Amino acid sequence: MNARVKHVELHAEDDGLAPGEVILKLDNVSLSFGGVKAISDISFDIRKGEIRAIIGPNGAGKTSMLNVINGFYHPQQGVITFRGKARSRMQPYEAAASGIARTFQNVALFKGMSTLDNIMSGRTLKMHRNFLWQVLNVGPARDEEIEHRLKVEEIIDFLEIQHIRKTPVGKLPYGLQKRVELGRALAMEPDLLLLDEPMAGMNLEEKEDMSRFILDVNSQMGTTIALIEHDMGVVMDISDRVVVLDYGRKIGDGTPDEVKNNQDVIDAYLGVSH
Amino acid sequence: MEATGVSAGGKPVTFPQYLLLNAKRFATRPAMRMKDYGIWQTWSWSEQRDEIRDLALGLKAMGLVEGDRIAIVGSNRPRLYWAFCAAQSLKAIPVPVYADSVADEIAYVLNHAGVRFAIVQDQEQVDKLQSVAGDIPGLTDIIYDEPRGLRDYDHTHLHDFATIQEKGRQASSSDKSMVADWEEGIRASDGSEVSAILYTSGTTGRSKGVMLTAAASVKAAEDTAKFDHMTEHDEVLAYLPLAWVGDHYLNYAQGYVVGLCMSCPESPETVSQNLREIGPTFYFAPPRVFEGLLTSVMIRMEDASRIKKWLFDHYLAVAKKHGERILEGRHVPLSARISYWLGDKLIYGPLRNVLGFTRIRTAYTAGEAIGPDLFSFFRSLGINLKQLYGQTEAFLYVTAQKDGDVRPDTVGPAAPDVEIRIAENGEVQFRSPGMFAGYYGDEDKTKETMTPDGWVMTGDAGIFDAEGHLKIIDRAKDVGKLTTGALYAPKYIENKLKFFPNIKEAVAFGHDRDFVAVFLNIDLTAVGNWAERNNISYGSYQELAGLPRVYDMMAAHVDQVNRDLAAEPMMAGAQIKRFLVLHKELEADDGELTRTQKVRRGFIAERFEPLIEALYNGSSEQFIETDMTFEDGRKGVVRATVKVVDAKTYPAVETLPEAAE
Repeated sequence: MNARVKHVELHAEDDGLAPGEVILKLDNVSLSFGGVKAISDISFDIRKGEIRAIIGPNGAGKTSMLNVINGFYHPQQGVITFRGKARSRMQPYEAAASGIARTFQNVALFKGMSTLDNIMSGRTLKMHRNFLWQVLNVGPARDEEIEHRLKVEEIIDFLEIQHIRKTPVGKLPYGLQKRVELGRALAMEPDLLLLDEPMAGMNLEEKEDMSRFILDVNSQMGTTIALIEHDMGVVMDISDRVVVLDYGRKIGDGTPDEVKNNQDVIDAYLGVSH
Repeated sequence: MEATGVSAGGKPVTFPQYLLLNAKRFATRPAMRMKDYGIWQTWSWSEQRDEIRDLALGLKAMGLVEGDRIAIVGSNRPRLYWAFCAAQSLKAIPVPVYADSVADEIAYVLNHAGVRFAIVQDQEQVDKLQSVAGDIPGLTDIIYDEPRGLRDYDHTHLHDFATIQEKGRQASSSDKSMVADWEEGIRASDGSEVSAILYTSGTTGRSKGVMLTAAASVKAAEDTAKFDHMTEHDEVLAYLPLAWVGDHYLNYAQGYVVGLCMSCPESPETVSQNLREIGPTFYFAPPRVFEGLLTSVMIRMEDASRIKKWLFDHYLAVAKKHGERILEGRHVPLSARISYWLGDKLIYGPLRNVLGFTRIRTAYTAGEAIGPDLFSFFRSLGINLKQLYGQTEAFLYVTAQKDGDVRPDTVGPAAPDVEIRIAENGEVQFRSPGMFAGYYGDEDKTKETMTPDGWVMTGDAGIFDAEGHLKIIDRAKDVGKLTTGALYAPKYIENKLKFFPNIKEAVAFGHDRDFVAVFLNIDLTAVGNWAERNNISYGSYQELAGLPRVYDMMAAHVDQVNRDLAAEPMMAGAQIKRFLVLHKELEADDGELTRTQKVRRGFIAERFEPLIEALYNGSSEQFIETDMTFEDGRKGVVRATVKVVDAKTYPAVETLPEAAE
């Protein structure tokens, strides 16, 4: 409910791009670990404001793809262009500072900290006062803390996790931990949100909730989302465009309908007789 | 001008009149609280009046006129409560609907009530209404409280609550006389209009719309507020469904009449935390909530350290012995007082605090019989828990227990200004100030429920004890006879079973049969915890329910009930001969329970017919296939082979002195 508290809108930062323009582009990207080719010669783009799914059978290179996008892995070949700028070697924290946030396949939260503190940690990059100020907790640092807390409360409200605000996340069931992790990523108010299997291990109801949250994040905050997911039903329902990987190669790209009818994709998933 | 009402200089006779009065006499006192973004927000009575006025004028601008019905769907939110008063201020009629009803149920109520506008909580409710909009031709516009997720919806007939209020503000700022007219309209009422239509939960068949008039509702609320010495300093937490008469009466009606402060929880999941933060002085909960609290306390104590556990057990024994006597101000030896005082410092006080009961002056329970042990447990901790008996048709109160004159097995004497009589067939009938004006659009049903001389038939069978306290035995139509001629009151038996924490639900059969047999539902929390402590593994509810050791546990409970029944001359003939443990939980979504969690006997009998046959044909197990509905409305099928077990019965009374305990 709106009510009395000054309403702070959570929003992806305005980067001058209109919806539908390319926000991230990969050109002929290849990544290998020693002799193993994780990704070979892949090109695709992500447009502002869309939900882009990356799918593929196990070991297809999906998580590697996300790791490349957020600067955790550095491809041997190819060019990554983010917001029109070709990117050189980038560290994950630089990616974060430039507006890319992510969640992990197996939840990576601070287990001993509360939901609130975990989400608050997502605001770190937005804090302007340095560590010393924060320790003293006076004047401007205090005001800043309050401002950030308000944003965090907005996220807590958005994700409907008020009841676990003060609960250590280690005690929470898996589905809720996933939601907290999404909350922490949202706290960064990212332009591009990378979700690694946001619905793994969830029951139907939790999946439905999570789908709704993802759609709401996309439509209300204007956040561009790239997600990896195994549940085909979910992917086909919520994504605008889908890219399909198999053995590190791109075998399909297009709207859910196009991808569904792509023979290579069907073969990759159902197997093909040789 | 009328002889009654504020315009005649008398006491207010409608809730909007009380709103204006409270905004004047308690202008800066809190009227409403709600936790938002982690902080409690407060509206004073004058601010609340302004919010309601803006909404009312906005609704008026949309075309809401006297007599229109307006649906209110959602959980306990300030804005939804304001919608009640805003509608009433225009003499429109609020029709609250249970928020967890499925779309069809909502469509039925909205159609039946002929609703024009609906004020709903959020996207979920908007989606539900829009999915059945084709079946509700009368419904033109939907107003929502929370805009989230609704931005891309077509807004031609969908409105944000805030924009309606804004419309009202604009209208009144451009035409100053509107505010005065609005207040004048409120003052002019004589209270004869219908103030709300509350739909009954439908224990039997389709729900009926109970019409309550304004003046009667106000009078009833004034009576009971005085009975319990309520003032503007009282605080309540509104957490029960707002479509239910109890919430509407205890929080809204009594709240307006005394000008107390109502708090709305942050979300349905945070109720227990919010209870602790607010610390209400007046509290209502159905027995099953108290049951849940006791179970959770006991489970946590199982895991406590040995010293804590010893302290807890020791002082609980002290409380059991003296607590209720101290609460009722009766004589207690000094040593016991000292011991209780210590217990209060060490155990009861902290426990009340954890439960959010520290400031409670009056707590009520009703709706079902409450277990004597359960009831005494809370009273012995120093919580003034009492029972009342009521129904929607009475606008709640029929009987209520007085402070200091409380017992577990009766529901007390008639509430103030209420008359009660017992009909020849044992049915309880009453006349009361809050008595309903009839079922909406259903003259026949109204006639069926009223006696020719103007008493309301409750449908409950009851007796008065020697001191004039009413005791409810069962639904009048459910009381039956076995083929042996023995009296059989199913609910009486079921309640005895349900008093065991391990049994969540019980359904008894026996009318026109040779003996009594029951279905049992295990309580997953209690039995699950027991299984964990005893290293018993199970994969599902169904598996747990079918475990032989669980059956042994249930057999012991049934045995105890039979001993108890044997000790009561009237009931000794109706002991339980056979029972089974159901493989699935009885659910409102499957139609087995009502939305207020009451058993729908007839429906269950039909659905589980093979199991009933097995109870009576002597077989030791039975295969059954039942379909069930998931929360999202999809259907599934459960299959199970359920074991049927014989129970031991006892000869009546004298041979078993310990059964009297």
